Amino acid sequence: MEGTDGVFERLVHDHQDRIFALGLALTGNRHDAEEVAQDTFLRAYRALATYTPERVRELKQKAWLHRIAVNVVRNRMRGLRPRLVELNGSEPARGASPEEDALRRIEIDELASRVSALPARYREALVLRHVQDLSYAEVSEALGQPVGTVKSNVHRGLKMLRGESNGHGDD
Amino acid sequence: MATVMIDLKRLGDVKAPAGFAERVLAQAGVADSYAVFQTVLGPVHVAWSRLGVSAAMRVPSSADFEKWFRKEIGRPLVRAVPPADLIKKIQDQLDGRRRLRFDLRGLTPFSQAVLEKTLTIQRGQVRPYSWVAREIGHPAAVRAVGTALANNPIPYFIPCHRVIRSDGVIGNYGGGGPEAKKSILTLEGVQLKRLQDLARSGLRYEGVKSTKIFCFPTCWHGRRVREENFVYFHDEGEARRAGYRPCKDCRPAVA
Repeated sequence: MEGTDGVFERLVHDHQDRIFALGLALTGNRHDAEEVAQDTFLRAYRALATYTPERVRELKQKAWLHRIAVNVVRNRMRGLRPRLVELNGSEPARGASPEEDALRRIEIDELASRVSALPARYREALVLRHVQDLSYAEVSEALGQPVGTVKSNVHRGLKMLRGESNGHGDD
Repeated sequence: MATVMIDLKRLGDVKAPAGFAERVLAQAGVADSYAVFQTVLGPVHVAWSRLGVSAAMRVPSSADFEKWFRKEIGRPLVRAVPPADLIKKIQDQLDGRRRLRFDLRGLTPFSQAVLEKTLTIQRGQVRPYSWVAREIGHPAAVRAVGTALANNPIPYFIPCHRVIRSDGVIGNYGGGGPEAKKSILTLEGVQLKRLQDLARSGLRYEGVKSTKIFCFPTCWHGRRVREENFVYFHDEGEARRAGYRPCKDCRPAVA
Protein backbone atom coordinates (compact mmCIF):
# COMPACT_ATOMS: atom_id res chain seq x y z
CA MET A 1 0.00 0.00 0.00
CA GLU A 2 2.67 2.49 1.09
CA GLY A 3 4.80 1.16 -1.73
CA THR A 4 2.22 2.01 -4.37
CA ASP A 5 1.75 5.52 -3.00
CA GLY A 6 5.48 6.20 -3.01
CA VAL A 7 5.90 4.89 -6.56
CA PHE A 8 2.92 6.95 -7.68
CA GLU A 9 4.18 10.15 -6.11
CA ARG A 10 7.49 9.82 -7.93
CA LEU A 11 5.68 8.87 -11.13
CA VAL A 12 3.56 12.04 -11.03
CA HIS A 13 6.52 14.30 -10.31
CA ASP A 14 8.74 12.67 -12.93
CA HIS A 15 6.19 12.63 -15.74
CA GLN A 16 3.68 15.44 -15.11
CA ASP A 17 5.24 17.88 -17.61
CA ARG A 18 5.65 15.22 -20.26
CA ILE A 19 2.08 13.98 -19.96
CA PHE A 20 0.64 17.49 -19.84
CA ALA A 21 2.57 18.36 -23.02
CA LEU A 22 1.23 15.20 -24.62
CA GLY A 23 -2.30 16.18 -23.68
CA LEU A 24 -1.79 19.65 -25.09
CA ALA A 25 -0.44 18.33 -28.40
CA LEU A 26 -3.22 15.78 -28.73
CA THR A 27 -6.17 17.95 -27.68
CA GLY A 28 -4.96 21.40 -28.76
CA ASN A 29 -5.88 23.30 -25.58
CA ARG A 30 -4.65 23.55 -22.02
CA HIS A 31 -7.94 22.92 -20.29
CA ASP A 32 -8.43 19.55 -21.98
CA ALA A 33 -4.73 18.83 -21.60
CA GLU A 34 -5.00 19.13 -17.83
CA GLU A 35 -8.05 16.88 -17.72
CA VAL A 36 -6.33 14.31 -19.90
CA ALA A 37 -3.21 14.39 -17.75
CA GLN A 38 -5.28 14.04 -14.58
CA ASP A 39 -7.27 11.11 -15.97
CA THR A 40 -4.08 9.47 -17.14
CA PHE A 41 -2.48 9.57 -13.71
CA LEU A 42 -5.62 8.47 -11.89
CA ARG A 43 -5.94 5.48 -14.21
CA ALA A 44 -2.28 4.74 -13.70
CA TYR A 45 -2.82 4.82 -9.93
CA ARG A 46 -5.73 2.41 -10.08
CA ALA A 47 -3.71 0.07 -12.28
CA LEU A 48 -0.61 0.27 -10.08
CA ALA A 49 -2.62 -0.79 -7.05
CA THR A 50 -3.43 -4.09 -8.77
CA TYR A 51 0.12 -4.81 -10.00
CA THR A 52 2.56 -7.12 -8.25
CA PRO A 53 5.77 -5.45 -6.97
CA GLU A 54 7.78 -7.22 -9.72
CA ARG A 55 5.50 -5.87 -12.39
CA VAL A 56 5.75 -2.35 -10.95
CA ARG A 57 9.54 -2.60 -10.86
CA GLU A 58 9.78 -3.77 -14.45
CA LEU A 59 7.28 -1.25 -15.76
CA LYS A 60 8.53 0.95 -18.61
CA GLN A 61 6.88 3.98 -17.09
CA LYS A 62 7.23 6.36 -20.00
CA ALA A 63 5.78 4.12 -22.68
CA TRP A 64 3.13 2.84 -20.28
CA LEU A 65 1.90 6.34 -19.35
CA HIS A 66 1.89 7.42 -22.99
CA ARG A 67 -0.22 4.44 -23.87
CA ILE A 68 -2.72 5.27 -21.12
CA ALA A 69 -2.82 8.93 -22.18
CA VAL A 70 -3.42 8.06 -25.83
CA ASN A 71 -6.30 5.85 -24.76
CA VAL A 72 -7.73 8.57 -22.54
CA VAL A 73 -7.69 10.98 -25.47
CA ARG A 74 -9.23 8.40 -27.82
CA ASN A 75 -12.05 7.76 -25.34
CA ARG A 76 -12.73 11.45 -24.93
CA MET A 77 -12.75 12.08 -28.65
CA ARG A 78 -15.13 9.21 -29.30
CA GLY A 79 -18.49 10.70 -30.14
CA LEU A 80 -17.25 14.25 -29.63
CA ARG A 81 -17.32 16.81 -32.40
CA PRO A 82 -14.07 18.69 -32.91
CA ARG A 83 -14.19 21.69 -30.62
CA LEU A 84 -13.18 25.25 -31.20
CA VAL A 85 -9.90 26.00 -29.54
CA GLU A 86 -10.07 27.92 -26.29
CA LEU A 87 -7.22 30.37 -26.13
CA ASN A 88 -7.89 31.85 -22.73
CA GLY A 89 -9.13 30.61 -19.42
CA SER A 90 -6.31 28.16 -18.86
CA GLU A 91 -3.89 27.85 -15.98
CA PRO A 92 -0.83 30.13 -15.70
CA ALA A 93 2.37 28.42 -16.83
CA ARG A 94 5.53 28.34 -14.74
CA GLY A 95 8.89 29.87 -15.63
CA ALA A 96 10.33 32.58 -17.90
CA SER A 97 9.34 36.27 -17.92
CA PRO A 98 5.68 37.20 -18.35
CA GLU A 99 6.01 38.81 -21.81
CA GLU A 100 8.27 36.15 -23.20
CA ASP A 101 5.98 33.62 -21.64
CA ALA A 102 2.85 35.08 -23.16
CA LEU A 103 4.42 35.19 -26.64
CA ARG A 104 5.71 31.67 -26.39
CA ARG A 105 2.40 30.48 -25.07
CA ILE A 106 0.45 31.92 -27.95
CA GLU A 107 2.82 30.37 -30.47
CA ILE A 108 2.81 27.04 -28.71
CA ASP A 109 -0.95 26.95 -28.25
CA GLU A 110 -1.38 27.82 -31.90
CA LEU A 111 0.90 24.98 -32.92
CA ALA A 112 -0.87 22.63 -30.51
CA SER A 113 -4.22 23.42 -32.07
CA ARG A 114 -2.80 22.78 -35.55
CA VAL A 115 -1.35 19.47 -34.44
CA SER A 116 -4.56 18.46 -32.72
CA ALA A 117 -6.47 19.06 -35.95
CA LEU A 118 -4.56 16.27 -37.71
CA PRO A 119 -6.37 12.95 -38.14
CA ALA A 120 -5.89 10.79 -35.05
CA ARG A 121 -3.55 8.16 -36.45
CA TYR A 122 -1.05 10.68 -37.81
CA ARG A 123 -1.38 12.97 -34.84
CA GLU A 124 -0.70 10.24 -32.28
CA ALA A 125 2.36 8.92 -34.08
CA LEU A 126 3.76 12.38 -34.83
CA VAL A 127 3.25 13.69 -31.31
CA LEU A 128 4.79 10.68 -29.58
CA ARG A 129 7.79 10.67 -31.92
CA HIS A 130 8.59 14.36 -32.32
CA VAL A 131 6.89 16.20 -29.45
CA GLN A 132 7.51 13.61 -26.78
CA ASP A 133 10.77 12.43 -28.32
CA LEU A 134 10.05 8.72 -27.89
CA SER A 135 12.03 6.27 -30.02
CA TYR A 136 10.17 4.47 -32.80
CA ALA A 137 10.28 1.33 -30.68
CA GLU A 138 8.66 3.15 -27.76
CA VAL A 139 6.01 4.74 -29.97
CA SER A 140 5.26 1.36 -31.48
CA GLU A 141 4.83 -0.09 -27.98
CA ALA A 142 2.69 2.81 -26.75
CA LEU A 143 0.37 2.70 -29.74
CA GLY A 144 0.41 -1.06 -30.20
CA GLN A 145 1.28 -0.65 -33.86
CA PRO A 146 4.19 -2.06 -35.91
CA VAL A 147 7.23 0.21 -36.27
CA GLY A 148 6.76 0.47 -40.04
CA THR A 149 3.22 1.76 -39.61
CA VAL A 150 4.39 4.29 -37.05
CA LYS A 151 7.18 5.55 -39.31
CA SER A 152 4.87 6.08 -42.24
CA ASN A 153 2.24 7.78 -40.04
CA VAL A 154 4.85 10.13 -38.57
CA HIS A 155 6.01 11.00 -42.05
CA ARG A 156 2.48 11.66 -43.33
CA GLY A 157 1.72 13.70 -40.23
CA LEU A 158 4.75 15.92 -40.74
CA LYS A 159 3.86 16.45 -44.38
CA MET A 160 0.32 17.51 -43.48
CA LEU A 161 1.56 19.82 -40.77
CA ARG A 162 3.85 21.55 -43.24
CA GLY A 163 0.86 21.99 -45.51
CA GLU A 164 2.09 19.70 -48.28
CA SER A 165 -1.07 17.69 -48.07
CA ASN A 166 -4.33 18.66 -46.40
CA GLY A 167 -5.07 15.10 -45.39
CA HIS A 168 -8.51 14.98 -46.96
CA GLY A 169 -9.33 11.63 -48.41
CA ASP A 170 -6.56 10.00 -46.40
CA ASP A 171 -8.51 9.09 -43.35
CA MET B 1 11.14 20.90 -42.33
CA ALA B 2 13.68 21.90 -39.68
CA THR B 3 11.55 24.68 -38.15
CA VAL B 4 8.52 22.45 -37.79
CA MET B 5 10.66 19.91 -35.96
CA ILE B 6 12.07 22.58 -33.64
CA ASP B 7 8.60 23.90 -32.93
CA LEU B 8 7.36 20.42 -32.15
CA LYS B 9 10.22 19.95 -29.69
CA ARG B 10 9.25 23.20 -28.01
CA LEU B 11 5.69 21.97 -27.74
CA GLY B 12 7.15 19.01 -25.86
CA ASP B 13 8.86 21.36 -23.39
CA VAL B 14 5.57 22.72 -22.07
CA LYS B 15 5.30 22.53 -18.27
CA ALA B 16 2.33 21.24 -16.34
CA PRO B 17 0.38 24.03 -14.56
CA ALA B 18 1.45 25.00 -11.04
CA GLY B 19 0.06 22.70 -8.37
CA PHE B 20 -0.87 20.02 -10.89
CA ALA B 21 1.03 17.19 -9.19
CA GLU B 22 -0.48 18.03 -5.79
CA ARG B 23 -4.02 18.09 -7.20
CA VAL B 24 -3.52 14.70 -8.84
CA LEU B 25 -2.02 13.23 -5.68
CA ALA B 26 -4.94 14.53 -3.60
CA GLN B 27 -7.45 13.10 -6.07
CA ALA B 28 -5.78 9.73 -5.96
CA GLY B 29 -5.84 9.91 -2.17
CA VAL B 30 -2.04 9.78 -1.97
CA ALA B 31 -1.68 13.35 -0.72
CA ASP B 32 -3.57 14.64 2.31
CA SER B 33 -5.64 17.82 2.24
CA TYR B 34 -5.75 20.45 4.94
CA ALA B 35 -7.65 23.53 6.02
CA VAL B 36 -7.74 25.87 9.00
CA PHE B 37 -10.72 25.42 11.32
CA GLN B 38 -12.04 27.76 13.98
CA THR B 39 -12.57 25.67 17.11
CA VAL B 40 -12.94 26.07 20.86
CA LEU B 41 -9.14 25.88 20.92
CA GLY B 42 -8.79 28.74 18.45
CA PRO B 43 -7.65 28.29 14.85
CA VAL B 44 -6.34 24.76 14.26
CA HIS B 45 -4.76 23.35 11.12
CA VAL B 46 -6.35 19.99 10.39
CA ALA B 47 -5.19 17.55 7.70
CA TRP B 48 -7.24 14.65 6.42
CA SER B 49 -6.98 11.84 3.88
CA ARG B 50 -9.54 9.41 2.50
CA LEU B 51 -9.11 7.34 5.67
CA GLY B 52 -9.73 10.10 8.17
CA VAL B 53 -8.08 12.96 10.04
CA SER B 54 -4.32 12.54 9.88
CA ALA B 55 -2.95 15.55 11.75
CA ALA B 56 -3.96 18.60 13.74
CA MET B 57 -1.74 21.37 14.99
CA ARG B 58 -2.02 24.81 16.51
CA VAL B 59 0.71 26.57 14.53
CA PRO B 60 0.93 30.23 13.51
CA SER B 61 1.27 29.72 9.77
CA SER B 62 0.26 27.30 7.07
CA ALA B 63 3.87 27.14 5.89
CA ASP B 64 4.88 25.85 9.34
CA PHE B 65 2.12 23.29 9.23
CA GLU B 66 3.11 22.05 5.77
CA LYS B 67 6.75 21.77 6.80
CA TRP B 68 5.90 19.94 10.01
CA PHE B 69 3.49 17.58 8.21
CA ARG B 70 5.98 16.67 5.51
CA LYS B 71 8.61 15.89 8.14
CA GLU B 72 6.41 13.95 10.57
CA ILE B 73 3.90 12.23 8.30
CA GLY B 74 5.93 12.14 5.11
CA ARG B 75 3.07 12.45 2.65
CA PRO B 76 2.42 15.38 0.29
CA LEU B 77 -0.10 17.92 1.53
CA VAL B 78 -2.48 20.18 -0.40
CA ARG B 79 -4.63 23.04 0.89
CA ALA B 80 -8.25 22.27 0.08
CA VAL B 81 -11.85 23.20 0.71
CA PRO B 82 -13.03 20.84 3.47
CA PRO B 83 -16.04 18.54 2.98
CA ALA B 84 -19.21 20.20 4.30
CA ASP B 85 -19.66 17.90 7.30
CA LEU B 86 -16.07 18.02 8.52
CA ILE B 87 -16.34 21.22 10.54
CA LYS B 88 -19.34 19.86 12.45
CA LYS B 89 -17.58 16.57 13.09
CA ILE B 90 -14.52 18.38 14.39
CA GLN B 91 -16.63 20.44 16.79
CA ASP B 92 -18.47 17.34 18.01
CA GLN B 93 -15.21 15.50 18.52
CA LEU B 94 -13.81 18.33 20.62
CA ASP B 95 -17.07 18.41 22.61
CA GLY B 96 -16.48 14.81 23.59
CA ARG B 97 -18.62 12.96 21.07
CA ARG B 98 -16.57 10.58 18.98
CA ARG B 99 -17.37 11.11 15.36
CA LEU B 100 -14.08 11.32 13.53
CA ARG B 101 -12.10 8.57 11.94
CA PHE B 102 -8.33 8.86 12.09
CA ASP B 103 -5.63 7.98 9.61
CA LEU B 104 -2.59 6.79 11.54
CA ARG B 105 -0.65 5.34 8.60
CA GLY B 106 2.99 6.29 8.70
CA LEU B 107 3.21 5.74 12.46
CA THR B 108 4.74 2.59 13.89
CA PRO B 109 2.31 -0.20 14.89
CA PHE B 110 3.30 0.49 18.50
CA SER B 111 2.39 4.19 18.26
CA GLN B 112 -0.85 3.30 16.52
CA ALA B 113 -1.75 0.92 19.35
CA VAL B 114 -0.94 3.59 21.95
CA LEU B 115 -3.06 6.22 20.21
CA GLU B 116 -5.97 3.89 19.61
CA LYS B 117 -5.97 2.89 23.27
CA THR B 118 -5.78 6.55 24.29
CA LEU B 119 -8.85 7.28 22.17
CA THR B 120 -10.91 5.07 24.50
CA ILE B 121 -10.25 7.27 27.54
CA GLN B 122 -13.41 9.27 28.08
CA ARG B 123 -13.62 12.96 28.70
CA GLY B 124 -13.21 13.82 32.40
CA GLN B 125 -11.06 10.78 33.11
CA VAL B 126 -7.32 10.12 33.19
CA ARG B 127 -5.14 7.01 33.08
CA PRO B 128 -1.48 6.42 33.88
CA TYR B 129 1.12 5.73 31.19
CA SER B 130 1.66 2.27 32.68
CA TRP B 131 -2.02 1.48 32.09
CA VAL B 132 -1.70 2.20 28.37
CA ALA B 133 1.47 0.09 28.23
CA ARG B 134 -0.24 -2.86 29.92
CA GLU B 135 -3.42 -2.58 27.88
CA ILE B 136 -1.59 -2.78 24.57
CA GLY B 137 0.41 -5.80 25.73
CA HIS B 138 3.76 -4.12 26.39
CA PRO B 139 3.69 -3.63 30.18
CA ALA B 140 7.39 -2.72 30.36
CA ALA B 141 7.27 -0.09 27.60
CA VAL B 142 6.05 2.78 29.79
CA ARG B 143 8.62 5.26 28.52
CA ALA B 144 7.93 4.29 24.91
CA VAL B 145 4.26 5.06 25.55
CA GLY B 146 5.31 8.50 26.74
CA THR B 147 7.32 9.06 23.58
CA ALA B 148 4.50 7.88 21.34
CA LEU B 149 2.07 10.24 23.06
CA ALA B 150 4.52 13.13 22.94
CA ASN B 151 4.64 12.65 19.16
CA ASN B 152 0.88 12.36 18.77
CA PRO B 153 0.19 14.03 15.39
CA ILE B 154 -3.45 14.71 16.34
CA PRO B 155 -3.42 16.21 19.87
CA TYR B 156 -6.80 17.23 21.42
CA PHE B 157 -8.58 14.91 18.98
CA ILE B 158 -6.68 11.91 20.24
CA PRO B 159 -6.67 12.87 23.93
CA CYS B 160 -3.05 12.31 24.91
CA HIS B 161 -3.63 14.88 27.67
CA ARG B 162 -5.73 12.24 29.49
CA VAL B 163 -2.66 10.11 30.11
CA ILE B 164 -0.69 11.21 33.18
CA ARG B 165 2.02 9.88 35.47
CA SER B 166 0.90 7.62 38.31
CA ASP B 167 2.83 9.75 40.83
CA GLY B 168 0.44 12.60 40.09
CA VAL B 169 2.89 14.74 38.14
CA ILE B 170 0.99 15.99 35.13
CA GLY B 171 3.96 15.56 32.85
CA ASN B 172 4.89 17.31 29.70
CA TYR B 173 2.52 18.04 26.88
CA GLY B 174 3.28 18.69 23.25
CA GLY B 175 0.22 20.90 22.83
CA GLY B 176 1.55 23.73 25.02
CA GLY B 177 3.38 22.38 28.07
CA PRO B 178 2.10 21.10 31.45
CA GLU B 179 0.00 24.23 32.07
CA ALA B 180 -2.00 23.69 28.88
CA LYS B 181 -2.47 20.06 29.85
CA LYS B 182 -3.79 21.09 33.29
CA SER B 183 -6.19 23.65 31.91
CA ILE B 184 -7.60 21.25 29.32
CA LEU B 185 -8.14 18.56 31.97
CA THR B 186 -9.83 21.08 34.28
CA LEU B 187 -12.02 22.16 31.39
CA GLU B 188 -13.01 18.53 30.90
CA GLY B 189 -14.08 18.26 34.54
CA VAL B 190 -11.14 16.44 36.10
CA GLN B 191 -10.66 17.36 39.78
CA LEU B 192 -6.94 17.83 39.53
CA LYS B 193 -6.40 18.76 43.17
CA ARG B 194 -8.02 15.59 44.49
CA LEU B 195 -6.14 13.53 41.95
CA GLN B 196 -2.79 15.01 42.87
CA ASP B 197 -3.40 14.82 46.62
CA LEU B 198 -4.13 11.11 46.29
CA ALA B 199 -1.11 10.51 44.09
CA ARG B 200 1.18 12.36 46.50
CA SER B 201 0.07 10.09 49.35
CA GLY B 202 0.85 7.10 47.15
CA LEU B 203 -2.82 6.15 46.80
CA ARG B 204 -3.42 4.91 43.28
CA TYR B 205 -6.85 3.34 43.46
CA GLU B 206 -10.20 4.19 44.92
CA GLY B 207 -12.54 1.43 46.11
CA VAL B 208 -16.27 1.75 46.68
CA LYS B 209 -17.35 0.19 49.98
CA SER B 210 -20.79 -0.95 48.82
CA THR B 211 -19.71 -2.67 45.61
CA LYS B 212 -16.23 -3.84 46.68
CA ILE B 213 -14.85 -2.70 43.33
CA PHE B 214 -11.71 -0.63 42.94
CA CYS B 215 -11.12 1.90 40.15
CA PHE B 216 -8.69 4.50 38.95
CA PRO B 217 -9.58 7.85 40.49
CA THR B 218 -11.67 9.75 37.88
CA CYS B 219 -13.30 6.50 36.68
CA TRP B 220 -16.83 7.19 35.54
CA HIS B 221 -18.28 4.65 38.01
CA GLY B 222 -17.11 6.69 40.97
CA ARG B 223 -18.78 9.88 39.80
CA ARG B 224 -21.75 9.75 42.22
CA VAL B 225 -20.02 8.13 45.18
CA ARG B 226 -19.81 10.27 48.31
CA GLU B 227 -16.35 10.86 49.69
CA GLU B 228 -17.04 8.91 52.92
CA ASN B 229 -17.90 5.79 50.92
CA PHE B 230 -14.50 5.61 49.23
CA VAL B 231 -11.55 3.61 50.50
CA TYR B 232 -8.13 4.14 48.96
CA PHE B 233 -5.42 1.63 48.11
CA HIS B 234 -1.70 1.90 47.40
CA ASP B 235 -1.60 -1.05 45.04
CA GLU B 236 -3.53 -3.93 43.56
CA GLY B 237 -2.45 -6.44 46.24
CA GLU B 238 -3.78 -4.26 49.02
CA ALA B 239 -7.12 -3.86 47.26
CA ARG B 240 -7.49 -7.58 46.57
CA ARG B 241 -6.56 -8.51 50.15
CA ALA B 242 -9.32 -6.20 51.31
CA GLY B 243 -11.73 -8.19 49.14
CA TYR B 244 -12.08 -5.74 46.27
CA ARG B 245 -12.03 -6.66 42.59
CA PRO B 246 -10.83 -4.43 39.76
CA CYS B 247 -13.39 -2.39 37.80
CA LYS B 248 -14.13 -3.97 34.44
CA ASP B 249 -14.43 -0.58 32.81
CA CYS B 250 -11.33 1.37 33.79
CA ARG B 251 -9.38 -1.89 34.30
CA PRO B 252 -6.89 -0.84 37.03
CA ALA B 253 -5.76 -4.48 36.97
CA VAL B 254 -6.64 -7.47 34.86
CA ALA B 255 -9.92 -8.77 36.22
